[in-house]
Amino acid sequence: MAMADKINHTNGNNDVCFEEALGKLELIVKLLEKGELKLEDSLDKFAQGVALSQICLAKLTVAEKKIDKILQKEQGIFVEKPLLFTEENS
Amino acid sequence: MQIFSISDVTSYIKHVLDRDRTLNSIYVRGEISNFKRHYSGHCYFTLKDSDATIKVVMFRSRSQLLKYAPRDGMKVVVGGKITVFERDGQYQLYADHMVPEGVGELSLAYEQLKEKLAAEGLFDELHKKPLPFMPRAVGIITSPTGAAIRDIITVAKRRHPGISLVLFPVQVQGIEAPGQIADAIRAFNDYGQVDVMIVGRGGGSLEELWAFNDEKVVRAIAASTIPVVSAIGHETDFTLSDFVADRRSATPSQAAEIVVPDIYELGRYIRTLQDLIATHMQAIVKDKRQMVLQYRQSAALQRPMDLLTDKQQQVDSFLQRLCQVMEQQITAKQHNFSIQAEKLAMLNPLAVLARGYSITRTKDGQIVSDSSQILNDQEIEIFLAKGALCARVCSTKEA
Repeated sequence: MAMADKINHTNGNNDVCFEEALGKLELIVKLLEKGELKLEDSLDKFAQGVALSQICLAKLTVAEKKIDKILQKEQGIFVEKPLLFTEENS
Repeated sequence: MQIFSISDVTSYIKHVLDRDRTLNSIYVRGEISNFKRHYSGHCYFTLKDSDATIKVVMFRSRSQLLKYAPRDGMKVVVGGKITVFERDGQYQLYADHMVPEGVGELSLAYEQLKEKLAAEGLFDELHKKPLPFMPRAVGIITSPTGAAIRDIITVAKRRHPGISLVLFPVQVQGIEAPGQIADAIRAFNDYGQVDVMIVGRGGGSLEELWAFNDEKVVRAIAASTIPVVSAIGHETDFTLSDFVADRRSATPSQAAEIVVPDIYELGRYIRTLQDLIATHMQAIVKDKRQMVLQYRQSAALQRPMDLLTDKQQQVDSFLQRLCQVMEQQITAKQHNFSIQAEKLAMLNPLAVLARGYSITRTKDGQIVSDSSQILNDQEIEIFLAKGALCARVCSTKEA
């Protein structure tokens, strides 16, 4: 089954990008929904799905607040300064 | 009678005309014909109505300020002064400004440029780049002081507090604006650290939004390898930047919504998916269990003894047949045997022994039929009709 093949190679490796992980997770949901897999394969995909969902959630948690920048080009060189006036009422 | 030179009379006519206040500052309505733009940038054409024509000159210093391209047949109002071109002895309208009649100057320029760029295919769907799903950093090109940047920051941080924003500050209106905006777009492409750009400003009049209709800006957006979302606040018309952008939005806030994913919503979605796979998994297990239960209720598993007795009966009948066959076989064999036994009795060596013969064997059971088989002192057995003898050979004789 092509759909199964596509997600076969993910056993929770953390270097997939969010979008990719989400796509695979959605695929697993569809596969399980069809219910055509063997029980063992279903359990396998279920475990993969849980792992992928955890990867997705982990990628959404904001570890650090990125510093916003003002970019300027002066004599062909990029100059970065912090963008400071952000948070008043957000 | 006074006789004038041509120069004098021309100069006199010019003097008369130049003194006339009406001709000095005049607006003339008419249709352009015979329009020519000289390589020097000066424009020469005729303005006509149904009954008359007048020659018009528009010098480069003036014509370069026109936002649209004058064309034959266009109805315009030309402002300037009428004076004499002495060399040709011809009076001319020296135009300072020229506005199209009916439509505004800006809308005319807009329509013209739109048509040109559309013909080049700049607005075609096939050039539209997909936006990144989860940008690492978002480039913003707008005024550092306007409402637009604040709106973008507010919306972006609400949706994704960890998103990285990079502002390239530019003027968004005025003569400098188009060049600055176009440069900023190119700068972000050189910088290479943003995955998507928002280019725009808050709402304004057609004049205030004009920079976003500038050819330089439109071409810079078209040339950008980084996807561009336009964010030009406007109620009615789109700017040309909107047409060329990979995505357009009505306001800077909306642009931020398009570009920055809402991680809280995504989180909820992923939890929904988690629930879904758990639910599906449960359903699968339930399904399989149901199947097992069904099999267990099948006749075979419910009354296994039935199956057993069936089989036993089968076995019994086989056994019975087997016995019959065996009996027949045995009877046949017995019959055969008694025949053979009778034959055997006739050949029985014991019968010979009874007549006084004996059989001699070595210890290892070889029948002795030749004296050369035996050595002196060898032990031998001699079978008689009744009993046997163990003997040691004293000597042997050859036959």
